[in-house]
Amino acid sequence: MATLTINGEQYELEVPDNMPLLWVIRDVVGLKGTKFGCGIAQCGACTVHMNGTAIRSCVTPVSTVSGEITTIEAMAEDAVGSKVQQAWLDVGVAQCGYCQGGQIMNATALLKRTPKPETQEIIDAMAGNLCRCGTYNRILAAIERASDAEVKS
Amino acid sequence: MSESNSTLMLANVSRRGLLKGLAAASALVVAARWDLAGASEKAQFGAGAMPGGWVDNPNVFIHIAPDGIVTIVNNRSEMGQGIRTSLIMVGADELGADWEHVRVQQADANQEKYGNQNTDGSRSIRHWYDPMRRAGAAARQMLEQAAANEWGVPVHEVKTAVHKVVHTPSGRELGFGELAKAARELEVPGRNALVLKADSELRYIGKEAGLINGDLKSAYPKAIDGEDIVTGKAIYGADVALENTLCAVIARPPVYGAKIKSLDDSAALKVAGVKKVLRIDGASQPAAFSPLGGVAVVATNTWAAMEGRKALKIEWDNGPAGDNASYTSEAYLKSLEKAAQSPGKVVRQNGGDVDAALKAADKTVSATYYMPHMAQAPMEPPVATVRVADGKAEVWAPVQNPRATREGVAGRLGLDKEQVTVHVNLLGGGFGRKTKPDFVTEAAIIANAFKGQPVRLQWSREDDIHHAYFHAVSVDHLDAGLDADGKATSWRHRTLSPSIASLFAPDPKHIQEFEQGMGFNTMPFDVPAIRLENPPAPAHVRIGWFRSVYNLPHAWAIQSFAHEMAVAAGRDHRDYVLELLGPDREIQNLSVGDGWNYGENPDLYPIDIGRMRRVIERATSEAGWGKQTAKGRGLGLAFHHSFVSYTAIVFDVEVDDKGNLTIHRADIAFDCGPQANPERIRSQLEGACVMGIGIALQSEVTFKDGIAQQDNFNNYLIPRMPDAPKSVRVHLIDNPDDAMGGVGEPGLPPVAPALCNAIYAATGKRIRRLPVGDQLKA
Repeated sequence: MATLTINGEQYELEVPDNMPLLWVIRDVVGLKGTKFGCGIAQCGACTVHMNGTAIRSCVTPVSTVSGEITTIEAMAEDAVGSKVQQAWLDVGVAQCGYCQGGQIMNATALLKRTPKPETQEIIDAMAGNLCRCGTYNRILAAIERASDAEVKS
Repeated sequence: MSESNSTLMLANVSRRGLLKGLAAASALVVAARWDLAGASEKAQFGAGAMPGGWVDNPNVFIHIAPDGIVTIVNNRSEMGQGIRTSLIMVGADELGADWEHVRVQQADANQEKYGNQNTDGSRSIRHWYDPMRRAGAAARQMLEQAAANEWGVPVHEVKTAVHKVVHTPSGRELGFGELAKAARELEVPGRNALVLKADSELRYIGKEAGLINGDLKSAYPKAIDGEDIVTGKAIYGADVALENTLCAVIARPPVYGAKIKSLDDSAALKVAGVKKVLRIDGASQPAAFSPLGGVAVVATNTWAAMEGRKALKIEWDNGPAGDNASYTSEAYLKSLEKAAQSPGKVVRQNGGDVDAALKAADKTVSATYYMPHMAQAPMEPPVATVRVADGKAEVWAPVQNPRATREGVAGRLGLDKEQVTVHVNLLGGGFGRKTKPDFVTEAAIIANAFKGQPVRLQWSREDDIHHAYFHAVSVDHLDAGLDADGKATSWRHRTLSPSIASLFAPDPKHIQEFEQGMGFNTMPFDVPAIRLENPPAPAHVRIGWFRSVYNLPHAWAIQSFAHEMAVAAGRDHRDYVLELLGPDREIQNLSVGDGWNYGENPDLYPIDIGRMRRVIERATSEAGWGKQTAKGRGLGLAFHHSFVSYTAIVFDVEVDDKGNLTIHRADIAFDCGPQANPERIRSQLEGACVMGIGIALQSEVTFKDGIAQQDNFNNYLIPRMPDAPKSVRVHLIDNPDDAMGGVGEPGLPPVAPALCNAIYAATGKRIRRLPVGDQLKA
């Protein structure tokens, strides 16, 4: 039995302790915005927030989760997340888009802890998120845009 | 549905068409030629020559609701190239629709209704731009007629404005939604009655928007799926959620062609959530698009299925795999290098005796280049959901090839094609992997054992890399003779790589016409004596299409070698290759033995040296070619013609004392003829640049005893943000005069040689074996 809070909703779930949070979110809770890409924390497609910090849900056993889980589906309601999403749209980041939920989750976590990151800080922080379409230059542009947008607000 | 395309394509009414006397600049005249052509005549080239051909009936593609919402059907698969935006924009613009009121509906697999849907070969816009313009024009004219009828005025007095029709003399207006019902009841105008919009009337097509080399011009028109993607609502193949879905994974034979010797599934069946274990019969070789076979574990969730699979005890019988079980990459490389020392099948010979010219040369240059196997590795691994019930199968899957998917499932389940419905979801990347629907057939076999209940088959990343349809490994050996001035007098190129044909028929051990035509026999250099040969290379794994396919090794070898020749001649690389290309001219493909030409008419799409020269000049001038560079820094150039488009790239790189590479900038010049959506063209070229950097620096699948040695992104490396250039700049050549070319793939082939040429310029170190890996550290 696991008790989880995901996007503000509480769930009591009959799942094995060692089941990764990713599959709990996707297959049991049924939120599909968090993606499976590698299963070994190498690609970042599964990135969610635990208490505002980015974690790799594919290697997080559900029994180790403590606190609030937030997924891409809740980012439109998040002050920083929604700015990041808008920046993503403005610069047309996505190609296939499959990895972009994870990218946005990671970028949002970065801007929450470092609202005005240096370019190299962004590159270092985003190095764990793969995009096979190769949209990195636009991801960087979008994060810098979202970072600037925060200052204005 | 498709009739002949012996008419000239309307959007390609061009300088070429005029020269050939096939068309005039008026759509009316062009369309009239259509009607003269026999409807049953099989087209020889282009969209009409594809299975299913093209369709331009507006009633198939365009629906307008009473509230004014325009829904346009997208018949091609969306895998990141932006076709759901770009193609829909083409139809909407010609129709006169306002983008805010346009929606897209994804077509199910139905080639009879929607025409060809096989989304590969960088063909979607090239083949569907014209039919979509015609569909839009026909629908617009039907709206205009409906308005004229309503007002009782002659149709020439009415005109379409944005999302409405206006009676100019009286100022009366009716919205598209108000006219939709009446318009739908009208006859579809014949093609000879269609009048396409003039370029000056277009609002979306060909307009620059979005991010242009770092500067945001405008964020409009918005990408169709943009908001769904950034909010996590977009439904990819993996995300299809049907009630009561079972989840499955498969343990497949590690060696291509191996079978199950013994299976103990007792522990797997004890894993909580596991419902069933079943054997999947694999196809015998060649496998084509059939499953590899193995053991499926079916459970209530994906994790349980994966845990169950770990608990399987399977012994494999490598006997049926034959010598695939001894396939080891290092030994295979040596065997190809040895074979490259002997003459091979002659593919092309021009001019004088190459061997004599090589002997007589003042200087000879020789080099051998290697490119390894690679896996496409789209971020969304293969996945499919199938429900079988009452003699019917319903499929939800991210597939590039809906028809092959439908026929594969029907064939394996013994159903008529009409009993199989394939819903095409968004693809989380394709790159050629999802043209092969083996994974959908696997899901169908499992679903057939659970009648009425949907089954989702999920591939893990390990499955994806172990069982890719691998990009062909290759060895290319080149020799050139130079005279005393360094001018090339002879060119001999031997290319060796297993053929994709080995997937469908007994291994021919030689590359086929379509593989030669990807930059090998279409090599554009003007050398007095040329001989191109193809010694044999057997296949031991499934070989398949990978973005830009055989253009990758051919561009890698030829563009690296041309640089080596320039170095040997002591000449500037750009000046040297412009001289090698010779004067501006159009090379007819058949004259170099290429009867394929990406399926296009060689009269409309010859190998155009002037276009090649222009992209080289543009990329080098934008990059500041010839400028002084600091120690450890250099510029590298490569260029290539593929998918009937032209690309040149210059990299500006720096390598420090420890061998660390920094890519400061990429300048890419690209000529695809007319541009439907420049914003997505830029995006494709930026992405191809980054993917190509991975091909150059990182990506490799090796085999030992027939088993892939890489498993996941920890050892099958692809580019990450720190690997990307600090800046990627795309320079689009304004060329409305030539016929439209491909976009998705032609950006990729010149990336690796340009990067390695830049590394040479920075360090003097020549890379001949990919990936670069730690060669710079040595």
